[in-house]
Amino acid sequence: MSDSQNPFVRVQQDDFDLTTEVNWLRNEHADVGAVVAFVGTVRDINEGDDIQQLELEHYPGMTEKALEAIRQQAHQRWSLESSLIIHRIGKMQPKDQIVLVAVASRHRENAFEASHFIMDYLKTNAPFWKKEWTPEGERWVDARLSDEQAIQRWLKD
Amino acid sequence: MVNILYFASLRETFGQAQEQVPAQFRTVGELVQSLAERGEQWRTHLLESNAIQVAVNHDIAHRETPIKAGDEVAFFPPVTGG
Repeated sequence: MSDSQNPFVRVQQDDFDLTTEVNWLRNEHADVGAVVAFVGTVRDINEGDDIQQLELEHYPGMTEKALEAIRQQAHQRWSLESSLIIHRIGKMQPKDQIVLVAVASRHRENAFEASHFIMDYLKTNAPFWKKEWTPEGERWVDARLSDEQAIQRWLKD
Repeated sequence: MVNILYFASLRETFGQAQEQVPAQFRTVGELVQSLAERGEQWRTHLLESNAIQVAVNHDIAHRETPIKAGDEVAFFPPVTGG
C-alpha cells in the first residue's frame, strides 16, 4: 500500500488547477449540493519582512499518512461525499498557491465546517516545514501559537 | 539498527538528514539521552527542547515510546505547513 497513490491526498511540486480539481472531486457525486474549497497562497510579507521565496519541506510517508488521518476524521465527524487535500512542496514565489482543501457535501454547513477543520489540523499535525528568504537571508518559519489555539474550537464538542 | 531522520532546522543544525545507530535503546528517551551525549548542540536541541517532536514509524511518539531494530525514528521542529 502506498500513501502516495491516494488520489485524495497529494503532496506534489506541481501547481494545481482549482476548477479541474473541484470538477474531479464532485464528478461521481450527483447528490453534492455544496463544495467548499480553501486555497492557501504565498504572501510577500511575514513578520514585517519582505518575502522573496518560500521552500516547503515534508516527511515523505508520514506527511501523507497524517493528511489522510485528518481527512478520515473529518469524514467521521461530518456527513461528506468527498474531500481532497493537495499540498505543494519545494520552492515557491509570492502569490503562488501552496495548499488546496476541497470538501463536497450535500449541504453547505458540513462542507464549510469540515474544510475549516481539515485546514486547522493540517496546520498543526501534518509534517511540513517552511523556510523563507528575506533580503537579510533565509530563515525557518516559527510555529504560531494561534495555529495551536485554532484547533481548540474542535475539541469542545 | 535503528534508522534516524532529522528534518528542517534540526537537519541543518546537526549537519545530517539520516543516520543509523545500533538498536540498543529500549525507548525514544534512551535514544535521546545517548544522542545528547554527543555535545552541546545535541543536548540543547534534542534533550532540553520542549518544542521538538518525535515520530516512530510515521506515528507521533513520546519519550516512553518503545523502539526496536528496524524502526524509523524521526526528530523535527514544530510543523509550519499550510
